[in-house]
Amino acid sequence: MSKDNQLLEELTSREYEHGWTSDIEMESAPKGLNEDIIRFISAKKNEPDWLLQWRLKAYRTWTTMAEPKWPNVTYPAINYQDIIYYAAPKQKAKPKSLEDVDPELLKTFEKLGISLTEQKRLTGVAVDAVLDSVSVATTFKEKLAELGIIFCSFSEAVREHPELVKKYLGSVVPMNDNYFAALNSAVFSDGSFCYIPKGVRCPMELSTYFRINAANTGQFERTLIVADEGSYVSYLEGCTAPQRDENQLHAAVVEIYAMKDAHVKYSTVQNWYPGDKEGKGGIYNFVTKRALCAGENSKVSWTQVETGSAITWKYPSCVLKGDNSSGEFYSVAVTNNYQQADTGTKMIHIGRNTKSRIVSKGISAGHSQNSYRGQVHVLKRAENARNFSQCDSLLMGNKCGAHTFPYIDVENNTARVEHEATTSKIGEDQIFYCLQRGIDEESAVALIVNGYAKEVLNQLPMEFAVEAQKLLALTLEGSVG
Amino acid sequence: MNAASTNTELLEVLAGQASNQSNLRQEALRVFRQLGLPNNKTEEYKYTPITRVLQKELQLSNLFVTDGSTPAEEKWIIPVQDTYRVVLLNGYFVTDKSFLPSNVTVKPMLQAAEKLHGHIGRYADFKTDAFAAWNTAVWSDGLYLEIPEGIKLDKPLIIYYLHDSTKGQVKSVSRNMLIAGAGSEATIIEKWQSFGNNPVISNTLSEIVLHENAQVNHLVIQHDGLTHIQYLFNQFWQHTKSCLNSHVFTLEGAFIRNNTRVCLDGEHCESHLYGLYLLHNSTLADNHTVVDHRKPNSNSNELYKGILEDQAKGVFNGKIFVRPDAQKTNAFQSNRNILLSDKATINTKPQLEIWADDVKCSHGCTTGQLDEEAIFYLRSRGINHETARAMVLYAFASEVLETITDTSLRTYIDNLVSERLHKNF
Repeated sequence: MSKDNQLLEELTSREYEHGWTSDIEMESAPKGLNEDIIRFISAKKNEPDWLLQWRLKAYRTWTTMAEPKWPNVTYPAINYQDIIYYAAPKQKAKPKSLEDVDPELLKTFEKLGISLTEQKRLTGVAVDAVLDSVSVATTFKEKLAELGIIFCSFSEAVREHPELVKKYLGSVVPMNDNYFAALNSAVFSDGSFCYIPKGVRCPMELSTYFRINAANTGQFERTLIVADEGSYVSYLEGCTAPQRDENQLHAAVVEIYAMKDAHVKYSTVQNWYPGDKEGKGGIYNFVTKRALCAGENSKVSWTQVETGSAITWKYPSCVLKGDNSSGEFYSVAVTNNYQQADTGTKMIHIGRNTKSRIVSKGISAGHSQNSYRGQVHVLKRAENARNFSQCDSLLMGNKCGAHTFPYIDVENNTARVEHEATTSKIGEDQIFYCLQRGIDEESAVALIVNGYAKEVLNQLPMEFAVEAQKLLALTLEGSVG
Repeated sequence: MNAASTNTELLEVLAGQASNQSNLRQEALRVFRQLGLPNNKTEEYKYTPITRVLQKELQLSNLFVTDGSTPAEEKWIIPVQDTYRVVLLNGYFVTDKSFLPSNVTVKPMLQAAEKLHGHIGRYADFKTDAFAAWNTAVWSDGLYLEIPEGIKLDKPLIIYYLHDSTKGQVKSVSRNMLIAGAGSEATIIEKWQSFGNNPVISNTLSEIVLHENAQVNHLVIQHDGLTHIQYLFNQFWQHTKSCLNSHVFTLEGAFIRNNTRVCLDGEHCESHLYGLYLLHNSTLADNHTVVDHRKPNSNSNELYKGILEDQAKGVFNGKIFVRPDAQKTNAFQSNRNILLSDKATINTKPQLEIWADDVKCSHGCTTGQLDEEAIFYLRSRGINHETARAMVLYAFASEVLETITDTSLRTYIDNLVSERLHKNF
């Protein structure tokens, strides 16, 4: 056992790699939240009146709502008046091109390995980088524009494509959807907007990179993806934050609107600062993500690798409204130390012949709690709906917990719904088999964990898969159950 | 004849007039008032609108207790040979109709209660469920059974809950305590039968304790009229090396909520939970099960199957808890459903909560329809559609039926199921 303990020790003492902060001059709103703050944010961004009214309406709704208590997580009460709702890197004038962007900013993103300067054209990824609340740069814009693809920051979209934003904002996640969505609707500061026109297959991966930098701020960004008929896009999202002792709130909203025959693939590698090994600090990640498969034959697939955050509370969902539409959810959620994750998905079958597939792999180590919470709902008119769900949990050490809360609601007798779940630890026989073949214990665990998560990792685009595998190894290698 | 309109009014009607109460009853009443009746926001009753049904059915001025006359035996006796029996009429123990084994202690709960200080309510938690609190506060009578060490009951014991609602509505709250001593063995069956056309609201709570090496087979047969609104709570408490087989058969009724909870509070225990619900008309049946592993090295296995027709509604919630100490636990759970009509619905939520790492746990659930290929196979061999359908459904149900060890009991339940499925081969 001593070796196990030693390995566990090693695992828990590992440091967060993205914990540094950047020294960038910031401009921020005063602490607290009230209608004036919302007006301040809106004015800062030169927003049209309809958007301000929308924000205010969301704020008023939010004040009537109560923070949800049902997730299987515990945390001290959040003081919403103690958060800075707007923080932006100070810029003297609008940057015309990347050369005008603050070099400190570029350095920040270079440190994160993100090619804002378009040097590494080989990677072929268009990036929209969001620091604290504001989008700082978007790359490959011209190239995408040739195809009619709009990929820009949210505020730019509000300025340049108000008709699109007005039409689709809140169409998938209404402002009063839940407590955090309402909060986001009121104070969201920026985010990414993406529109793929009819019949266009986006030639490169689109990517947003979120980073929280300033202290005491919350990050509230909003992503809106609209895929027109017959289009295809693969979208990546990554996130990191500096190491701080106090908890920071991240309440984002992602909306995906898929029309007839459209196909959207959304991948996340979430690596927010998870707090130190005593569970101090870290990001509260309370995110609402939802896709609407509005048209026939549309398809949305979510892939997520969750390694960070002190608390994760998110359920990327698919509303399968169009006939023959399909939704997929692949997830690996790793929790260590005192992290808590309550994550899963919702598949709402409304249209005929709709299909959904859920593969969720939870790994818990240390003192962490990892929950899967999912819903498969087949409505009355969803003839021939089909769902397959699998959620497996792997436990490492005897201080952690793994929980499953699947809700399966079927109202149509032609539906076929299957759900299976298992919980276990890494088998001693599996470790023994590896040892026998000269693979040391540490590599054996990495091998087994990667094998366990492979079904999900395979769904990630290549660049992300490499990062995800590295992350998995970082958080888990050497821990033997 | 006013229906109880508000929740508070309804609550007070259920609570009734309280007089010279024990501390426990007073405490439970306080909890009941504090919890209030569940609504659609109450997670445990999310799909089970029990308060709405009670509000609709229960009338303030039309309650009937009992005039002491038991309906004729042939109307309620089940055709199983050679059994012991206990009869409760509208929630009260009827001594002269009961036929009891001699080598055990059997008493009406009302008489036994005084000596059971600290035992009643010790196992079944009433702090979180309003209906359990209601039962603990106002139970009228029930059965106290204690099987001494090493005694094996030679015949099954059937508890008949009779409800006579010919003269008015019946509100029946009964409470049992069954203690199986070390190394004892028993088969206990619970069966309900209503008479009359007025609604019956029943609440039955049993605390069943299995001491070391005890073995208990427990069967619940719910095959009552469409006027019966039923809440049933069976709390099993298992000590070291005990073995439990629990069966719940739900065939008929208006509105049924079953709480089956097993607590494995000893090592090397074994629990098998089986359930079969065949629902039609507008019956709602809700099975909430909890298997709580508290000590290491125990096994549990759960299988619930359902066939739903017409506008029937099925709810299943299966929780498995594995506490930090309960290493080397094996816990399995499976829930399978067939929907036969487009108006039938099923809400299922299998739930695992695990705090120990050296365990093997799994759950699975499926919802589907008749296997068309199986039907086609049978049709191609000259079997007509109705028979083929019945055969496929019977095969589905028989996985649960086969687990009944007592042959005459199995035949009885098998017949009920066959009749329902129009099986005549």
